[in-house]
Amino acid sequence: MTLALSALACRRHGRTVIEGIDLTVAPGEFVGLLGPNGAGKTTLLRAALGLLPAEGHSSLAALPARLRARAAAFMPQGREIAWPVSVETLVALGRIAHPDAAGETDHAAVEAALSALSLLPLRDRPATQLSGGEQARALLARALAQDTPLLIADEPIAGLDPAAQIEVMRLFRRLADQGRAVLASLHDLGLAARHCTRLILLHQGRIMADGRPEAVLTPENLARCFGVAAHVAQGPQGLMLQLLDTLQPVVSPDCTPPKK
Amino acid sequence: MMRPAVLLGLLGLLVAALFAGSLLTGPAGAGIGPSLAALVRGDDMLGLVMREIRLPRAALGLLVGAALGLAGAAMQGFLRNPLAEPGLIGTSASASLGAVLAIQTGLAAVVPLGLPLAALAGAALSVLAMLALAGPRGGTLSLILAGIAISALAGAGTALVLNLSPNPFAANEITFWMMGSLADRAMPHVWIAAALILPGAGLLLTTGRALDALTLGEDAAASSGIDLGRLRLRLVLGCAALIAGATAVAGSIGFVGLVVPHLLRRAAGARPSRLLVASALGGAAMVLAADIAVRLILPAQDLKLGVLTALVGAPLFLHLILKTRRQA
Repeated sequence: MTLALSALACRRHGRTVIEGIDLTVAPGEFVGLLGPNGAGKTTLLRAALGLLPAEGHSSLAALPARLRARAAAFMPQGREIAWPVSVETLVALGRIAHPDAAGETDHAAVEAALSALSLLPLRDRPATQLSGGEQARALLARALAQDTPLLIADEPIAGLDPAAQIEVMRLFRRLADQGRAVLASLHDLGLAARHCTRLILLHQGRIMADGRPEAVLTPENLARCFGVAAHVAQGPQGLMLQLLDTLQPVVSPDCTPPKK
Repeated sequence: MMRPAVLLGLLGLLVAALFAGSLLTGPAGAGIGPSLAALVRGDDMLGLVMREIRLPRAALGLLVGAALGLAGAAMQGFLRNPLAEPGLIGTSASASLGAVLAIQTGLAAVVPLGLPLAALAGAALSVLAMLALAGPRGGTLSLILAGIAISALAGAGTALVLNLSPNPFAANEITFWMMGSLADRAMPHVWIAAALILPGAGLLLTTGRALDALTLGEDAAASSGIDLGRLRLRLVLGCAALIAGATAVAGSIGFVGLVVPHLLRRAAGARPSRLLVASALGGAAMVLAADIAVRLILPAQDLKLGVLTALVGAPLFLHLILKTRRQA
């Protein structure tokens, strides 16, 4: 088992953000973590990694930091790059988790990560001068270069162009097919439906549904969790999902606060 | 970006040249050959000048400059902020307060090395206060805020001593001491500075990988296997030792820790780990050069080193800001 969470709960600022999370991720799985804003996706991922104090058990958080870094790589949601290092240097930061690795192993992992995310032409550019989407790809390549059985990514495809989004989803699926595991929080339900092997629906800090995409993305679940109406159909290309309308407007149409 | 070996080699040569230049600068006005010969085996007046006056001054320039440059690079890397400077954690202000109290109470005049030892005591108190306030698990923000509070308190203490000083000579001495200088120091000053600066430098030079990892933020660093609590402790202790050692023997010398990492960042490929040793050498070069300059510009008038570094450093800093603005 790559990741096992049991009864994981996390309280921040006196508010319960996630509670009663039981979850296992096995090799070969590409798990998409879905849920509306504020559902607790980031908190779940960070608590699973031991980056937040939490109750319950996480197999990753229980590991010493050095071993955890070889068990799981993490791409945080905040796209932080403090210094104008070259893209290649940035990707090579993933190798910090392997202080004892041979130089050739490091080099091969960095080259593979650069080419997997089509960053070879950008390798000598200062990472701070790239566009937002290119930075996201570089940061993902950094996590990939860490070369771990489990990759955890917090909104990895936010801000990418459509082609790059599909390529990243395909890459994750390929990693899973090669026997690794990927756990990624996502907002694009259509891409999640087509590429993930399994989806988890997080609603108000609890797991509302967990299973194969067609079992999770039902119109009822989408209505309850996201408050949206959607058309879901099994097509020749796999599961297809088209969002149609909101059910309870978050902001009323004329942008005034909803009346009581 | 330069190859690391080339960059460090060039900086090393520059430091060696300036160290020699510092040894050969002074009112005694002897030639290069006789001076260097006298340094090794002169029993005469020149030998005394070289060994008891010039050598400690050059060695302190090297040590103090390296301490300021290294602490500045480490602090900027840790806080991921190019505006961070080593004085941020309150050590320099507290060391100054200790020294000021030693001058005011007469301790500095009575006890040999009373002044640097009092400065070290002030610095040690500030580190204890810092660890108590920011805690071993405190975040970056609490570290900065604690540093600001300690600096402000120590600064207020220094101002109070000056304010209430009944002795105008002591007040005068305090004012001049605070401007920072390497003049009239002896070998014991070198030993005191080295006793703190060398272990502090050893501690900070082990933080390179962790500082590199922090480039991508605390979560990315922690998930790469970096223990952020231990890093914070090593950083605070290392910087405090460097700054305490430098301030105790030289007073406060500003702008070196801020400007040197800036100047070298691009040549070091912006990697915090590469910047550490480069900034130590760069800081040594800057302080040695400034200490030669104060002796050449106004030989008769004891121009203070800290005044010169600020006079040169501030416009240099403005130039860097303008350059950054043009690139943005």
